[in-house]
Amino acid sequence: MKIDSGDFLAIMGENGAGKTTLAKQLNGLLKPTLGRVTVDGDDTTKKSVAQLSRKVGIVFQNPDHLLFSETVREEVGFALKNFGFEPGVIVKQVERTLEAFDLAHYVDISPFLLSGGERKRVALAAVLAWEPDYLILDEPTIGQDYQQKERLRNFILQLNSQGKAVVMVTHDVEFVAECNPKVVLMSNGKVLAQGQADEILSDDGLIEKASLVKPQMAKLFSQLDGFGFPRDVVDVHRAKMLLEEKLLEVKVRVAQSS
Amino acid sequence: MAGTQGEIVAAHSLGFQYAGSTSKALDDVNIVIRQGEFLLLTGPSGCGKTTLCRCLNGLIPNFHPGEMFGELLVDGVSVAAETTSELSRKVGYVFQNPENQLFALTVEKDVAFGPENLGLTREEIRGRVDWAMDAAGTVALKDLAPYELSGGQQQRVALAGVLAMKPSVIVLDEPTSFLDPRTAEEIMSAVDDLRRENGITVIVVEHRLDLVGRYAERIVVMDHGRIVADGKVEDVLDSEFDRLSRLGIGLPKVSLLWSLLKRDGLVSERLPTHVESAVKMLSERLRN
Repeated sequence: MKIDSGDFLAIMGENGAGKTTLAKQLNGLLKPTLGRVTVDGDDTTKKSVAQLSRKVGIVFQNPDHLLFSETVREEVGFALKNFGFEPGVIVKQVERTLEAFDLAHYVDISPFLLSGGERKRVALAAVLAWEPDYLILDEPTIGQDYQQKERLRNFILQLNSQGKAVVMVTHDVEFVAECNPKVVLMSNGKVLAQGQADEILSDDGLIEKASLVKPQMAKLFSQLDGFGFPRDVVDVHRAKMLLEEKLLEVKVRVAQSS
Repeated sequence: MAGTQGEIVAAHSLGFQYAGSTSKALDDVNIVIRQGEFLLLTGPSGCGKTTLCRCLNGLIPNFHPGEMFGELLVDGVSVAAETTSELSRKVGYVFQNPENQLFALTVEKDVAFGPENLGLTREEIRGRVDWAMDAAGTVALKDLAPYELSGGQQQRVALAGVLAMKPSVIVLDEPTSFLDPRTAEEIMSAVDDLRRENGITVIVVEHRLDLVGRYAERIVVMDHGRIVADGKVEDVLDSEFDRLSRLGIGLPKVSLLWSLLKRDGLVSERLPTHVESAVKMLSERLRN
């Protein structure tokens, strides 16, 4: 597989399919025993994790694997300091990132006093603060409510528009349905299929093989058989437009016949 | 002494403030939960859901320092007067993060740890471990070390360990967050079977209503440490839809779709909570 700058990619598949193992290959935390992984043309076996992580930021599934500082401010500024950014830049970056994740009011609090969902956001902020070119997010929506997911989605789209690549490992079919990224579907350590989210998530055969469930809209439209709807509807807004059209037709027909 | 008939949990003006925090994590919470109920507890991130759950098995105030207000009874006994070890026979807790509760060298030993500490007979322990591992789908993992499992597999092992205690109440704090969707559905359905067969009370903390909505009879919504809505899932979704969206609750996509169509005057019925009812209502309209 190949990831280009500006790509938005979701890696999906059942528990134990190899998604996290693949994600850890991307910044050299794991090195391939067979085959090759290159980042900007450099073989990951020839580079240290420290070198690679300047380019590839990874946010673990479990925020507690990453957090250790005494305050949220220190946590988010830690990597920036290590990478040798100017103090002024650090202050600004920390502020900006905390603002983006709705964490500004926690700046002097210990990350360990925060809720699970909040700790997850601190971990995200701590990595995003140094603006890596490629961002790997392992289950970024865990513990996040709908508003936080919307925020995350906008943030990812913004990064994409700046030419940054975002790869997320996720089980959250509804989140994927809303974002419609490219999907790499994995099973038993292998790539089962690649394609746009709306194609993959409305494909019964693939869904079954990868132990996923269809998003609610795909379920709805596959059961509204015989009304002439397309089958690859996965997000609410497209669903609404399609139904609106049909329901208006029905209204007109009823009005004419009476 | 058991509580009022069928009441397994009763909170009266319950409040809690973590040491070092400037505001109350729980504020004037009043709720009665009956034996055998399947309750969905939801609310925006940081609203106090996990804090309320920690009170149920005495982790608060025994392990998390802070000040507790009001009263909380579990099976008729005040949690303030019970030890956590005593309460954990009644209330089983599956944590958000399975790593927080797994420690043994094999899955089987981990599942056996709880019942062994209850001082049960060998046969009883064997029986419970086999049953719990089967119910949570972890039999094939029994000789593996918990730390080498994937997040989702760990979540199942954590559930098995709690089931083996045969508690009357199971609290699952975002139990499906590490699970693939199919496994998540299997776990929820397994938990629901356990409730039907054994009358266990189930309390699930979850942001994703689409996943739990079909099993839960009752939904309790929290915001800023308070309960702001409490009722049947269909009723609360229908009557409080706008408020729930404002709070950032992950509403089922069919309900959201319906609310959009309703706003445009294209449908009039109550909001559906699952796909099947939406299919039925839409098919009828489209067939005209």
